[in-house]
Amino acid sequence: MATEWTVRDITRAMLPVLLALTLVELGSGLVLGSFESQLYRYPTLLALVPVTIGTAGNLGSILAARLSTAFHLGTLSFDPTDEELAGNAVATVALSVTIFPVVGVGAWLLTSLVGGTALSVWTVLTVSLASGVVLAVLAVAVTLAATYAAYRFELDPDDVVIPLVTNSCDVLGVVVLFASVQIFV
Amino acid sequence: MTIRDAAVEAYREALPALVASLVGGLIAGVVLTGMRAELREVPGLLVLVPALLATRGNVYGSLGARIATALHQGLIEPSVTAGDRRLRAAAAAALGNGLLASAFAAVAAFLVLTALGSSVAPVGVLVGIAVLAGLLSGLVLVAVVITVVFAGYRRGRNPDTLVGPIVTTTGDVFGVLFLLVAVRTVLAVVEVL
Repeated sequence: MATEWTVRDITRAMLPVLLALTLVELGSGLVLGSFESQLYRYPTLLALVPVTIGTAGNLGSILAARLSTAFHLGTLSFDPTDEELAGNAVATVALSVTIFPVVGVGAWLLTSLVGGTALSVWTVLTVSLASGVVLAVLAVAVTLAATYAAYRFELDPDDVVIPLVTNSCDVLGVVVLFASVQIFV
Repeated sequence: MTIRDAAVEAYREALPALVASLVGGLIAGVVLTGMRAELREVPGLLVLVPALLATRGNVYGSLGARIATALHQGLIEPSVTAGDRRLRAAAAAALGNGLLASAFAAVAAFLVLTALGSSVAPVGVLVGIAVLAGLLSGLVLVAVVITVVFAGYRRGRNPDTLVGPIVTTTGDVFGVLFLLVAVRTVLAVVEVL
Protein backbone atom coordinates (compact mmCIF):
# COMPACT_ATOMS: atom_id res chain seq x y z
CA MET A 1 0.00 0.00 0.00
CA ALA A 2 1.63 3.24 -1.13
CA THR A 3 0.44 5.91 1.26
CA GLU A 4 2.29 9.24 1.00
CA TRP A 5 4.14 10.00 4.18
CA THR A 6 2.22 13.05 5.28
CA VAL A 7 0.27 13.37 8.52
CA ARG A 8 -2.93 13.85 6.53
CA ASP A 9 -2.52 10.79 4.26
CA ILE A 10 -1.41 8.48 7.05
CA THR A 11 -4.35 9.65 9.16
CA ARG A 12 -6.78 9.10 6.32
CA ALA A 13 -5.52 5.53 5.86
CA MET A 14 -5.34 4.71 9.56
CA LEU A 15 -7.95 6.58 11.58
CA PRO A 16 -11.22 4.92 10.40
CA VAL A 17 -9.85 1.43 11.07
CA LEU A 18 -8.35 2.58 14.35
CA LEU A 19 -11.66 3.99 15.62
CA ALA A 20 -13.55 0.85 14.57
CA LEU A 21 -11.01 -1.33 16.39
CA THR A 22 -11.33 0.92 19.45
CA LEU A 23 -15.06 0.17 19.55
CA VAL A 24 -14.32 -3.56 19.29
CA GLU A 25 -11.90 -3.26 22.22
CA LEU A 26 -14.52 -1.38 24.20
CA GLY A 27 -16.60 -4.55 23.95
CA SER A 28 -13.83 -6.43 25.69
CA GLY A 29 -13.68 -3.67 28.31
CA LEU A 30 -17.39 -4.09 28.99
CA VAL A 31 -16.92 -7.83 29.58
CA LEU A 32 -14.09 -6.93 31.96
CA GLY A 33 -16.37 -4.45 33.74
CA SER A 34 -18.98 -7.18 34.22
CA PHE A 35 -16.69 -9.16 36.56
CA GLU A 36 -14.98 -6.15 38.09
CA SER A 37 -15.75 -7.16 41.69
CA GLN A 38 -14.16 -10.61 41.22
CA LEU A 39 -11.08 -9.00 39.68
CA TYR A 40 -10.69 -6.65 42.66
CA ARG A 41 -11.28 -9.43 45.19
CA TYR A 42 -8.72 -11.73 43.52
CA PRO A 43 -5.86 -9.48 42.29
CA THR A 44 -4.14 -12.46 40.62
CA LEU A 45 -7.02 -12.59 38.13
CA LEU A 46 -6.56 -8.87 37.40
CA ALA A 47 -2.85 -9.53 36.83
CA LEU A 48 -3.82 -12.22 34.28
CA VAL A 49 -5.77 -9.74 32.13
CA PRO A 50 -3.03 -7.92 30.13
CA VAL A 51 -0.87 -11.02 29.69
CA THR A 52 -3.79 -13.24 28.60
CA ILE A 53 -5.12 -10.82 26.01
CA GLY A 54 -1.59 -9.95 24.90
CA THR A 55 -0.59 -13.59 24.43
CA ALA A 56 -3.84 -14.45 22.66
CA GLY A 57 -3.36 -11.49 20.30
CA ASN A 58 0.26 -12.49 19.68
CA LEU A 59 -0.63 -16.12 18.91
CA GLY A 60 -3.15 -14.86 16.37
CA SER A 61 -0.91 -12.22 14.83
CA ILE A 62 2.10 -14.55 14.50
CA LEU A 63 -0.08 -17.17 12.80
CA ALA A 64 -1.63 -14.51 10.58
CA ALA A 65 1.78 -13.13 9.60
CA ARG A 66 3.09 -16.61 8.75
CA LEU A 67 0.03 -17.57 6.73
CA SER A 68 0.12 -14.20 4.99
CA THR A 69 3.77 -14.72 3.97
CA ALA A 70 3.03 -18.25 2.76
CA PHE A 71 0.09 -16.84 0.85
CA HIS A 72 2.27 -14.18 -0.85
CA LEU A 73 4.88 -16.82 -1.70
CA GLY A 74 2.13 -18.98 -3.17
CA THR A 75 2.93 -21.96 -0.92
CA LEU A 76 -0.40 -21.93 0.91
CA SER A 77 -3.55 -23.71 -0.12
CA PHE A 78 -6.79 -23.71 1.83
CA ASP A 79 -7.01 -27.43 2.32
CA PRO A 80 -7.02 -29.16 5.73
CA THR A 81 -4.33 -31.55 4.47
CA ASP A 82 -2.01 -28.66 3.51
CA GLU A 83 1.17 -29.19 5.59
CA GLU A 84 1.88 -25.49 6.03
CA LEU A 85 -1.65 -24.81 7.24
CA ALA A 86 -1.98 -27.84 9.52
CA GLY A 87 1.56 -27.46 10.87
CA ASN A 88 0.99 -23.82 11.81
CA ALA A 89 -2.32 -24.65 13.47
CA VAL A 90 -0.70 -27.45 15.51
CA ALA A 91 2.18 -25.13 16.47
CA THR A 92 -0.27 -22.47 17.71
CA VAL A 93 -1.94 -24.94 20.08
CA ALA A 94 1.46 -26.31 21.20
CA LEU A 95 2.68 -22.75 21.88
CA SER A 96 -0.36 -22.01 24.02
CA VAL A 97 0.14 -25.22 26.02
CA THR A 98 3.76 -24.10 26.61
CA ILE A 99 3.11 -20.45 27.42
CA PHE A 100 -0.12 -20.37 29.44
CA PRO A 101 1.07 -22.48 32.40
CA VAL A 102 3.97 -19.98 32.69
CA VAL A 103 1.42 -17.16 32.48
CA GLY A 104 -0.61 -18.61 35.36
CA VAL A 105 2.27 -19.48 37.67
CA GLY A 106 4.06 -16.20 36.82
CA ALA A 107 0.99 -14.10 37.63
CA TRP A 108 0.48 -16.01 40.90
CA LEU A 109 4.15 -15.64 41.92
CA LEU A 110 4.34 -11.94 41.13
CA THR A 111 1.09 -11.07 42.90
CA SER A 112 2.13 -13.10 45.96
CA LEU A 113 5.42 -11.13 46.01
CA VAL A 114 3.58 -7.82 46.16
CA GLY A 115 1.21 -9.34 48.72
CA GLY A 116 -2.31 -10.53 48.11
CA THR A 117 -3.11 -13.88 46.58
CA ALA A 118 -6.45 -15.21 47.73
CA LEU A 119 -6.36 -18.08 45.20
CA SER A 120 -4.21 -21.20 45.19
CA VAL A 121 -1.57 -21.56 42.52
CA TRP A 122 -3.50 -24.57 41.12
CA THR A 123 -6.67 -22.56 40.62
CA VAL A 124 -4.75 -19.84 38.78
CA LEU A 125 -2.88 -22.44 36.71
CA THR A 126 -6.15 -24.14 35.76
CA VAL A 127 -7.83 -20.85 34.79
CA SER A 128 -4.83 -19.82 32.72
CA LEU A 129 -4.21 -23.14 30.94
CA ALA A 130 -7.89 -23.72 30.18
CA SER A 131 -8.21 -20.18 28.78
CA GLY A 132 -5.02 -20.64 26.77
CA VAL A 133 -6.05 -23.85 25.03
CA VAL A 134 -9.51 -22.54 24.15
CA LEU A 135 -7.96 -19.27 22.94
CA ALA A 136 -5.44 -21.06 20.73
CA VAL A 137 -8.22 -22.98 18.98
CA LEU A 138 -10.26 -19.79 18.57
CA ALA A 139 -7.19 -17.87 17.32
CA VAL A 140 -6.62 -20.54 14.64
CA ALA A 141 -10.29 -20.41 13.59
CA VAL A 142 -10.42 -16.59 13.42
CA THR A 143 -7.09 -16.34 11.58
CA LEU A 144 -8.03 -18.96 8.99
CA ALA A 145 -11.43 -17.36 8.42
CA ALA A 146 -9.90 -13.86 8.07
CA THR A 147 -7.06 -15.02 5.81
CA TYR A 148 -9.49 -16.95 3.64
CA ALA A 149 -11.83 -13.94 3.42
CA ALA A 150 -8.91 -11.67 2.44
CA TYR A 151 -7.95 -14.21 -0.23
CA ARG A 152 -11.49 -14.45 -1.58
CA PHE A 153 -11.99 -10.66 -1.67
CA GLU A 154 -8.48 -10.18 -3.11
CA LEU A 155 -7.30 -7.98 -0.25
CA ASP A 156 -3.71 -7.93 0.95
CA PRO A 157 -3.78 -10.09 4.11
CA ASP A 158 -0.99 -7.93 5.62
CA ASP A 159 -3.23 -4.88 5.72
CA VAL A 160 -6.44 -6.48 6.88
CA VAL A 161 -5.89 -9.76 8.64
CA ILE A 162 -3.32 -8.87 11.29
CA PRO A 163 -5.18 -5.94 12.92
CA LEU A 164 -8.46 -7.83 12.69
CA VAL A 165 -7.02 -10.99 14.24
CA THR A 166 -5.05 -9.19 16.97
CA ASN A 167 -8.06 -7.18 18.11
CA SER A 168 -10.59 -9.98 17.95
CA CYS A 169 -8.18 -12.19 19.91
CA ASP A 170 -8.01 -9.40 22.53
CA VAL A 171 -11.79 -9.50 22.88
CA LEU A 172 -11.93 -13.30 22.86
CA GLY A 173 -9.13 -13.28 25.47
CA VAL A 174 -11.29 -11.37 27.95
CA VAL A 175 -14.44 -13.39 27.13
CA VAL A 176 -12.66 -16.73 27.56
CA LEU A 177 -10.91 -15.54 30.74
CA PHE A 178 -14.32 -14.49 32.09
CA ALA A 179 -15.86 -17.90 31.28
CA SER A 180 -12.89 -19.73 32.75
CA VAL A 181 -13.09 -17.68 35.99
CA GLN A 182 -16.82 -18.45 36.31
CA ILE A 183 -16.11 -22.19 35.95
CA PHE A 184 -12.97 -22.62 38.06
CA VAL A 185 -13.04 -19.88 40.74
CA MET B 1 7.74 -30.94 4.29
CA THR B 2 5.56 -32.87 6.73
CA ILE B 3 3.01 -31.35 9.11
CA ARG B 4 5.43 -32.11 11.92
CA ASP B 5 8.30 -30.21 10.26
CA ALA B 6 6.06 -27.23 9.57
CA ALA B 7 4.80 -27.25 13.16
CA VAL B 8 8.29 -27.51 14.68
CA GLU B 9 9.57 -24.65 12.53
CA ALA B 10 6.61 -22.41 13.37
CA TYR B 11 6.93 -23.24 17.08
CA ARG B 12 10.67 -22.45 17.21
CA GLU B 13 10.28 -19.15 15.39
CA ALA B 14 7.39 -17.91 17.52
CA LEU B 15 8.48 -18.95 21.02
CA PRO B 16 11.10 -16.21 21.76
CA ALA B 17 8.73 -13.38 20.79
CA LEU B 18 5.93 -14.87 22.88
CA VAL B 19 8.20 -15.25 25.91
CA ALA B 20 9.38 -11.63 25.58
CA SER B 21 5.84 -10.28 25.48
CA LEU B 22 4.85 -12.67 28.30
CA VAL B 23 7.34 -10.90 30.58
CA GLY B 24 5.97 -7.49 29.57
CA GLY B 25 2.39 -8.64 30.06
CA LEU B 26 3.09 -9.99 33.54
CA ILE B 27 4.77 -6.74 34.63
CA ALA B 28 1.80 -4.80 33.24
CA GLY B 29 -0.56 -7.10 35.17
CA VAL B 30 1.22 -6.52 38.46
CA VAL B 31 1.14 -2.74 37.96
CA LEU B 32 -2.57 -3.07 37.19
CA THR B 33 -3.21 -4.91 40.49
CA GLY B 34 -1.41 -2.05 42.27
CA MET B 35 -3.95 0.30 40.67
CA ARG B 36 -7.05 -1.21 42.26
CA ALA B 37 -7.69 1.83 44.48
CA GLU B 38 -7.56 4.17 41.46
CA LEU B 39 -9.67 1.83 39.33
CA ARG B 40 -12.35 1.87 42.05
CA GLU B 41 -12.12 5.64 42.41
CA VAL B 42 -12.64 6.19 38.66
CA PRO B 43 -15.56 3.97 37.61
CA GLY B 44 -15.35 3.13 33.91
CA LEU B 45 -11.56 3.21 33.80
CA LEU B 46 -11.29 -0.61 33.83
CA VAL B 47 -13.60 -0.72 30.80
CA LEU B 48 -11.14 1.59 29.00
CA VAL B 49 -8.04 -0.50 29.75
CA PRO B 50 -8.22 -2.97 26.79
CA ALA B 51 -8.99 -0.19 24.31
CA LEU B 52 -6.09 1.96 25.54
CA LEU B 53 -3.61 -0.92 25.50
CA ALA B 54 -4.76 -2.07 22.05
CA THR B 55 -4.44 1.46 20.66
CA ARG B 56 -0.73 1.41 21.54
CA GLY B 57 -0.31 -1.88 19.67
CA ASN B 58 -2.35 -0.78 16.66
CA VAL B 59 -0.81 2.67 16.24
CA TYR B 60 2.83 2.02 17.06
CA GLY B 61 2.82 -1.45 15.51
CA SER B 62 1.72 0.19 12.29
CA LEU B 63 4.39 2.91 12.67
CA GLY B 64 7.03 0.21 13.14
CA ALA B 65 5.79 -1.76 10.13
CA ARG B 66 5.77 1.41 8.02
CA ILE B 67 9.35 2.29 8.98
CA ALA B 68 10.49 -1.31 8.44
CA THR B 69 8.99 -1.39 4.94
CA ALA B 70 10.50 2.01 4.08
CA LEU B 71 13.94 0.79 5.19
CA HIS B 72 13.59 -2.29 2.98
CA GLN B 73 12.65 -0.08 0.04
CA GLY B 74 15.46 2.42 0.76
CA LEU B 75 12.95 5.27 1.23
CA ILE B 76 14.51 6.34 4.52
CA GLU B 77 17.96 6.09 6.05
CA PRO B 78 18.36 4.24 9.36
CA SER B 79 19.48 7.38 11.17
CA VAL B 80 17.51 9.81 13.33
CA THR B 81 20.05 12.62 12.97
CA ALA B 82 19.21 12.83 9.27
CA GLY B 83 16.03 14.54 10.57
CA ASP B 84 14.01 13.00 7.79
CA ARG B 85 10.82 14.92 7.05
CA ARG B 86 8.89 11.73 6.27
CA LEU B 87 9.98 10.08 9.48
CA ARG B 88 8.80 13.10 11.48
CA ALA B 89 5.46 13.07 9.67
CA ALA B 90 4.96 9.36 10.37
CA ALA B 91 5.81 9.83 14.06
CA ALA B 92 3.54 12.87 14.36
CA ALA B 93 0.69 11.03 12.62
CA ALA B 94 1.07 8.04 14.94
CA LEU B 95 1.05 10.25 18.03
CA GLY B 96 -1.93 12.29 16.80
CA ASN B 97 -3.98 9.25 15.81
CA GLY B 98 -3.13 7.54 19.09
CA LEU B 99 -4.40 10.56 21.04
CA LEU B 100 -7.58 10.81 18.95
CA ALA B 101 -8.32 7.11 19.43
CA SER B 102 -7.68 7.37 23.19
CA ALA B 103 -10.03 10.35 23.57
CA PHE B 104 -12.61 8.61 21.37
CA ALA B 105 -12.40 5.47 23.54
CA ALA B 106 -12.97 7.55 26.68
CA VAL B 107 -16.01 9.35 25.26
CA ALA B 108 -17.48 6.12 23.84
CA ALA B 109 -16.97 4.28 27.15
CA PHE B 110 -18.66 7.14 29.00
CA LEU B 111 -21.65 7.10 26.62
CA VAL B 112 -22.06 3.31 26.66
CA LEU B 113 -21.81 3.07 30.45
CA THR B 114 -24.24 5.97 30.90
CA ALA B 115 -26.68 4.31 28.51
CA LEU B 116 -26.36 1.04 30.45
CA GLY B 117 -27.05 2.93 33.68
CA SER B 118 -23.68 1.90 35.18
CA SER B 119 -21.79 4.27 37.45
CA VAL B 120 -19.15 6.17 35.52
CA ALA B 121 -16.70 8.97 36.27
CA PRO B 122 -17.25 12.40 34.62
CA VAL B 123 -16.37 12.36 30.92
CA GLY B 124 -13.71 15.07 31.43
CA VAL B 125 -11.86 12.90 33.95
CA LEU B 126 -11.88 9.85 31.64
CA VAL B 127 -10.76 11.87 28.60
CA GLY B 128 -8.07 13.60 30.65
CA ILE B 129 -6.67 10.28 31.87
CA ALA B 130 -6.84 8.64 28.42
CA VAL B 131 -5.16 11.55 26.61
CA LEU B 132 -2.42 12.10 29.22
CA ALA B 133 -1.64 8.36 29.33
CA GLY B 134 -1.70 8.24 25.51
CA LEU B 135 0.68 11.20 25.21
CA LEU B 136 3.23 9.88 27.72
CA SER B 137 3.26 6.30 26.44
CA GLY B 138 3.17 7.54 22.83
CA LEU B 139 6.32 9.64 23.25
CA VAL B 140 8.16 6.68 24.79
CA LEU B 141 6.89 4.24 22.15
CA VAL B 142 7.85 6.47 19.20
CA ALA B 143 11.39 6.68 20.60
CA VAL B 144 11.56 2.93 21.35
CA VAL B 145 10.15 1.82 17.98
CA ILE B 146 12.43 4.09 15.91
CA THR B 147 15.54 3.27 17.96
CA VAL B 148 15.02 -0.48 17.94
CA VAL B 149 14.02 -0.77 14.28
CA PHE B 150 17.01 1.34 13.18
CA ALA B 151 19.47 -0.45 15.48
CA GLY B 152 18.13 -3.85 14.40
CA TYR B 153 18.31 -2.93 10.73
CA ARG B 154 21.89 -1.68 11.02
CA ARG B 155 22.87 -4.98 12.63
CA GLY B 156 21.34 -6.92 9.77
CA ARG B 157 18.20 -8.12 11.58
CA ASN B 158 14.88 -8.14 9.75
CA PRO B 159 12.98 -5.19 11.28
CA ASP B 160 9.65 -6.88 10.44
CA THR B 161 10.16 -9.59 13.03
CA LEU B 162 11.36 -7.10 15.66
CA VAL B 163 8.43 -4.71 15.56
CA GLY B 164 5.60 -6.92 16.80
CA PRO B 165 7.11 -8.28 20.02
CA ILE B 166 8.75 -4.95 20.91
CA VAL B 167 5.58 -2.95 20.51
CA THR B 168 3.46 -5.44 22.47
CA THR B 169 5.98 -5.69 25.29
CA THR B 170 6.86 -2.03 25.74
CA GLY B 171 3.28 -1.04 24.89
CA ASP B 172 1.85 -3.16 27.72
CA VAL B 173 4.41 -2.09 30.31
CA PHE B 174 4.47 1.64 29.53
CA GLY B 175 0.75 1.66 28.71
CA VAL B 176 -0.21 0.52 32.22
CA LEU B 177 2.60 2.44 33.95
CA PHE B 178 1.64 5.76 32.36
CA LEU B 179 -2.03 4.97 32.94
CA LEU B 180 -1.20 4.89 36.66
CA VAL B 181 0.74 8.19 36.38
CA ALA B 182 -2.14 9.75 34.42
CA VAL B 183 -4.85 8.64 36.90
CA ARG B 184 -2.91 10.00 39.87
CA THR B 185 -2.18 13.28 38.06
CA VAL B 186 -5.75 13.83 36.90
CA LEU B 187 -7.19 12.92 40.34
CA ALA B 188 -4.76 15.37 41.99
CA VAL B 189 -5.77 18.11 39.54
CA VAL B 190 -9.49 17.39 40.11
CA GLU B 191 -8.93 17.65 43.86
CA VAL B 192 -7.27 21.08 43.52
CA LEU B 193 -10.12 22.34 41.33
